[in-house]
Amino acid sequence: MDSTRRKFLKIAGLSAVAGIGAPAGLNMLMNKNVQAAGGHGDAAPAAHGGGHGEAPTGKRYGMVIDTVKFHERPGLAEKAIKACHSYHNVPDFGNNKDEIKWLWNERFANAFPDKSHYKKDDDLNSNQFLVLCNHCDNPPCVRACPTKATFKNKDGIVMMDFHRCIGCRFCMAACPYGARSFNWRDPRGEKDGRPFIKETNKLFPTRMRGVVEKCNFCSWRLAQGKEPLCVEACGGTGAMVFGDLNDPHSEVSQVLRTRFTIQRKPTLGTKPSVFYII
Amino acid sequence: MYDAGKIIPGLIVFVGLMLFAIYYNVGNKIEDPKPEKPVGYTSCVLPLEEIRAEHMVLLNEWRDEVIREGKREKVEAGGKMYEKSLQNGCMHCHTSQEKFCDQCHKYASVNPYCWDCHVTPEYGKALGEAN
Repeated sequence: MDSTRRKFLKIAGLSAVAGIGAPAGLNMLMNKNVQAAGGHGDAAPAAHGGGHGEAPTGKRYGMVIDTVKFHERPGLAEKAIKACHSYHNVPDFGNNKDEIKWLWNERFANAFPDKSHYKKDDDLNSNQFLVLCNHCDNPPCVRACPTKATFKNKDGIVMMDFHRCIGCRFCMAACPYGARSFNWRDPRGEKDGRPFIKETNKLFPTRMRGVVEKCNFCSWRLAQGKEPLCVEACGGTGAMVFGDLNDPHSEVSQVLRTRFTIQRKPTLGTKPSVFYII
Repeated sequence: MYDAGKIIPGLIVFVGLMLFAIYYNVGNKIEDPKPEKPVGYTSCVLPLEEIRAEHMVLLNEWRDEVIREGKREKVEAGGKMYEKSLQNGCMHCHTSQEKFCDQCHKYASVNPYCWDCHVTPEYGKALGEAN
């Protein structure tokens, strides 16, 4: 009796170890295979600058913003902002605390805090810089979202599914660029007789109270073969160049190859898809 | 029975309250919902019976296909192409929320939250075909 119990316990113990260990071992093997096949992004030590150097797979939409051209043409940035905000029914709550921002102006020190140095030239200090969602290749907001309301689509665009947003604002805490805004109030409401959405565009939905929103790179326009509204608003000035970063022949790739550009907070490893000519 | 003097009147009041709704509505004729059909359009994206029963499922599928999978190709109905969209697809023809959607929703006592965000078009004015 004793010896059979002893045997039974031995076998039970061994099978428990095998049962727990085998899946982990298998997983490791599988991961090795995936890495050998060339994972997208994860295994890239040259991730520092982002975008350059990796083997491109599929589309990755991105943008170059030529701030010099914007500063040469006062009012152009505002025109681009208006084109975006009026179409997308972005509400104006009338105070900075509740401000909803898809595309907005920022001072250099705030847009590029890691580029701070003693004795900057006057233009950098006085000019405004157009910023928007960076549609990162490694988006922290997507990892933070508990409902997958925000996710990266096959074209590299960080999308929002407003239906699924529960308003937890984890993504806002995760985004290092402040590109996400929360609707503290009902965007369809009004204050002192002034509606928050001046003129509702009937072709685009509004949002409801308690939902986070941000730039979607006009993904619905891309599907129709058009450029984003802000890029279109800049007309032929070339102040905003949009295209596929993974296509070496796209206009945006040509600009990136020939001009020196910077990204916002590249050291964080988010690999932003929006580049700036300063 | 203890406290019969309280329990029995209590029961009578309870049953009376429960039956009040039936008594109150007896003989009332509830009008069938009459959703207004769009003028000049004869066919929907699905056969009538299916769209009537399954439109909410279709809308959810469209949403996931369009937003998540990027499948934005249009759907065909009666020779016309429509966007996979509530606001720019369905309401292209069914332009009035009150006269179409709400008719049955009210009758069935369901309160979908579509219009918390989606904007209803101007009544009787079809949206541009391009969008």
